[in-house]
Amino acid sequence: MTLLIRKPGPQSTVQDLGRTGYRFLGVPAGGACDAVALRIGNLLLGNPPDGAALEVALGGLELVFETHTRFALTGAAVGATLDGERVPGWHVVDAPAGAVLHLGYAARGARIYLNVAGGIDVPPVLGSRATGLLADLGGFKGRAVEAGDRLPLGEVDTLPPPCAVMAPGRGQVLRVLPGPEWAQLSREAQRTLLSSDWTVSPASNRMGARLGGPAVPLNDLAELDSHAVLPGVVQLPPSGQPILLLADAQTTGGYAKPLMVIEADLWRAAQFRPGEALRFVEVDMAQALAALAAQRQWLERIERSLQWQQRAST
Amino acid sequence: MSDISPTIQPLGETALVLSVGAELAAQRRLWAAWHVLEHRLPQVEWVLGMGNLTAHFDPLATPSRVVIRALEGAWTHSAGVELMPGQIITLPVRYGGEYGPDLPVVAEHAGLTPREVAEAHAAGDYVVYCLGFLPGFAYLGGLDPRITAPRRADPRLAVPAGSVAIGGSQTGIYPMASPGGWQLIGHTGAALFDPYREIPGLLGPGDTVRFVIEDIA
Repeated sequence: MTLLIRKPGPQSTVQDLGRTGYRFLGVPAGGACDAVALRIGNLLLGNPPDGAALEVALGGLELVFETHTRFALTGAAVGATLDGERVPGWHVVDAPAGAVLHLGYAARGARIYLNVAGGIDVPPVLGSRATGLLADLGGFKGRAVEAGDRLPLGEVDTLPPPCAVMAPGRGQVLRVLPGPEWAQLSREAQRTLLSSDWTVSPASNRMGARLGGPAVPLNDLAELDSHAVLPGVVQLPPSGQPILLLADAQTTGGYAKPLMVIEADLWRAAQFRPGEALRFVEVDMAQALAALAAQRQWLERIERSLQWQQRAST
Repeated sequence: MSDISPTIQPLGETALVLSVGAELAAQRRLWAAWHVLEHRLPQVEWVLGMGNLTAHFDPLATPSRVVIRALEGAWTHSAGVELMPGQIITLPVRYGGEYGPDLPVVAEHAGLTPREVAEAHAAGDYVVYCLGFLPGFAYLGGLDPRITAPRRADPRLAVPAGSVAIGGSQTGIYPMASPGGWQLIGHTGAALFDPYREIPGLLGPGDTVRFVIEDIA
């Protein structure tokens, strides 16, 4: 019941929905950057919602299924083959023992999720199987996977039936709420943030996406006392080049926070790769809450539809 | 103390920040409020900062007005609360040498000898305001103003775990190897963070840290 890694790609890590309750100690929640893709992968396979998957940054992964199992690829669109046969994303796919899965480079998006029936069964650390690269915590030996690693899989009684869901569309826009320091920015700085194309820099990682574009004039925005930051916070360091925090963001920071990506769009924020441009569009609190409620309802509909598909096939 | 008026601001739709300013008296009230809130709304994740306290929550399960009311109530009742005294934690430090390469830099900046800097550093009682930045990293108050030192213009890519450092008017200990821009003045062998311990962090908010000179190289 193992996956044997042949080629790890640029960075592939074991991730689940992250660890809660340790931020006060400086431990970030971490977990899948695109938690929606991870959740849907688990729904497809009948795994618990927080089952652990492999998060593959940009692709380039090759591995061997050492036992007969079933898997699903979600997240970024990628050309994938199983023993040379093309496999679709967002589908449950059968993998005979010894089958080789090969991922090319993502055609759209940045992060691919490989969910396998039973989930990746590494021991939880501080309540989660997520790899925390900052502190070599959890996941597989606290690090990104390497060629030759064997990842253990959880036991399952019956393999899930083949079923599929529609891939959600990412778009180019992230919806934002004004952050605590928004009102202290000049009109010009506010306009620059909301009207520019922001290009994700190659220096981005699971902690945050560095955004290139026109420098945002800071005037004399004071340095702040250290305070909690969260995934979705757009920080503005003195360079005037914003940083969009992602799942592995440190728990505290000291930079101004002009914008905050709404919870419903955090998965989109994780799916821009270096060189791609995004824009921010302002919404209000009621719209942010409505978007979150709509996303939860959409996930519930997917769960019900999969239950139908799974029942129909048994 | 009743003259401190907090502000409560949203940080997106899933977080609220209560800010009061980073004086020790206000921080003590934040610790008291934090303890109360952890019990009162355990479904909310509470994160202490320097002079602020953030609530991170699911706004569809716990509406923000409920969190705001709890924050306001806990802050008001934190005035005059007697806190349980924190632990006093003694950390032996080897100052200077291989693991404290910036001790001469701090000494020159302060106009003191390296030994005087180490003695001034080890003379203080440091209060843990909060943790953050890295797992187990403590924000400490109480650095002797004579030994403050500017951050390095060129941050190091890898500061060794256990490094004791000064950055501006703060001192701290790197719990694990990480990039860092503070001046490294020494090293302690204490394990500041161990995920397999029942309490993973050695230091907690409200604790007092004392550094003891093991040697000065």
